[in-house]
Amino acid sequence: MTENSVISGSKSADKTCLSESEQVLISLNFVHKKARGFFLDVDLALPLSGVTAIYGASGSGKTTLLRCIAGLEKSASGFLSVGGQCWQSESLFVPTHQRDIGFVFQESSLLAHLTARQNLLLAHKYTKQKLAESHLQEVIELMGIQEQLNSMPAQLSGGERQRVAIARALILQPKLLLMDEPLASLDGERKLELFPYLERLQSESQIPILYVTHSDDEVARLADFLVVLNRGKVAAQGPLNEVITQLDLSSELGSNRGVVLHCEVVEVDEKWSLVNVSFKNGTLWVKAENDKIGDKVRVRVLATDVSIALSDHKDSSILNRLQATVSEILKDGDAIALLKLQVGEGVLLARLANRSVEELKLQVGSSVWAQIKSVAVAR
Amino acid sequence: MFSESDFIAIWLTLRLASTVTLILLLIGTPIAWWLARTKSWLKGPVGALVALPLILPPTVLGFYLLISMGPNGFIGQFTSWLGLGTLPFSYWGLVVGSVFYSLPFVVQPIHNAFEAIGDRPLEQAATLRLSPWRAFFFVAIPMSKPGLVAASILGFAHTVGEFGVVLMIGGNIPGQTRVVSVQIYDYVESLEYTQAHWLSAAMVLFSFCVLLVVYTSLSRDESGAKT
Repeated sequence: MTENSVISGSKSADKTCLSESEQVLISLNFVHKKARGFFLDVDLALPLSGVTAIYGASGSGKTTLLRCIAGLEKSASGFLSVGGQCWQSESLFVPTHQRDIGFVFQESSLLAHLTARQNLLLAHKYTKQKLAESHLQEVIELMGIQEQLNSMPAQLSGGERQRVAIARALILQPKLLLMDEPLASLDGERKLELFPYLERLQSESQIPILYVTHSDDEVARLADFLVVLNRGKVAAQGPLNEVITQLDLSSELGSNRGVVLHCEVVEVDEKWSLVNVSFKNGTLWVKAENDKIGDKVRVRVLATDVSIALSDHKDSSILNRLQATVSEILKDGDAIALLKLQVGEGVLLARLANRSVEELKLQVGSSVWAQIKSVAVAR
Repeated sequence: MFSESDFIAIWLTLRLASTVTLILLLIGTPIAWWLARTKSWLKGPVGALVALPLILPPTVLGFYLLISMGPNGFIGQFTSWLGLGTLPFSYWGLVVGSVFYSLPFVVQPIHNAFEAIGDRPLEQAATLRLSPWRAFFFVAIPMSKPGLVAASILGFAHTVGEFGVVLMIGGNIPGQTRVVSVQIYDYVESLEYTQAHWLSAAMVLFSFCVLLVVYTSLSRDESGAKT
């Protein structure tokens, strides 16, 4: 099983706090028993860059894990080092206010007795690395909250509150930004409203983010690295596509999984409202939405949207056809099979009926055409 | 209307109530904080102890205070050792007695206010680099303002309305321990009903106004929180 190689049993075995190799890593293991039989037992080595999504069903321990990293779960025992700095070990527990973190809570994320501006200034007041006044303004503009500064939290919409909360965390210039389902308390429309700010945050801030979520949409749009939790244990961890294409994670990832391709817009077809985007090993046509040539987009190809043909069907309605090699097949129950397809260096997933696999005589090494019914830019 | 001794009693009562309220805020706030935050098994016993004056007859409390503040009591020996003499039948004796007697009226509203804040604001404060002390002063205290105001008013008013404990430990010394409630008692004893009426009516009016302020400010806070 590939699973064993991904669960990090040994990566953080070196428990010395100042190991050189951990300079760019968050290395941790926690054992935390809570009431009602909940048990968190994790061992992770995460990159200290980009967005790491911590994904799992509710009750899988993602929020508890985040709170352990923040030092908010005082009875959790374990080891935590962030960028070579030890925050917790058997003999050490750095209290939350001395950990160089920012934390965005899921709800009640602002101090209710202070205005938005006072919330921001409180963050500014006690951090060690003071942000220059001009940067303060930049953060406020990045989150688009100029108009909201004089309001009390109760007067703000859910999305506005979260933007102020994110700005407040950014003002701390933390070494690590922890976000606990920042969108979960918002309804669909407010979620869409906040996404662009998160994407801006992801692309413009240099601060590494740990992002807890149970939404595969959010994972597809934001994550670079993925940790999958299941009942308090790590089911998988690794770069986003590596984890997503681990076929044996069907119970954790569900049927709605799809690889995420980092693409660049190379051609705009205004007549048909399409854009051609290129990734490492091919190009795809996707629905246009004010995209310009050179834009970077994340394209998500769901396994359920990929079908297989043995030859290139030029007479098909399907625009996107890519030549591929079957590299792995996993029967997921009696009816369904999951296929991992190699497209050059890239990987796609396809979800097929077992019967089709049988009839097309598909096996590892088969050369096929992947027909992609629809491609969604993750937005 | 009011005689000179009435004014002396009123002034004494207000002075006593203000002093006691101030002391109770200083003592009661940490106790309330501890009660609201602790997971210790002592929480139950300490909470019950603080609430005891709510149900004890003031004479019982006064009796024990009288004994312990006397020359052979532990408070009395301590105050003698400090060179302050003993406390019964003195203004400061009344202060000590009133602090015990009004403690639950101050601790409970603050305790409730602290519990109502919940963990989240304090966790936020910690992630904003506020030490626990700063979180207490800049987050917990301002967020509990309505509770603190209610506690001060109730503590003040309850001290003003005290009678039994005062009589037990303070007696009836004009300008030192003869507060309004004792003054009224004296009038009734000597059948001076007109004077008793004036003072009693003043007390009724005062108590009503205090409660009016407490209840209107509490209901305003609730409606304010909903917007």
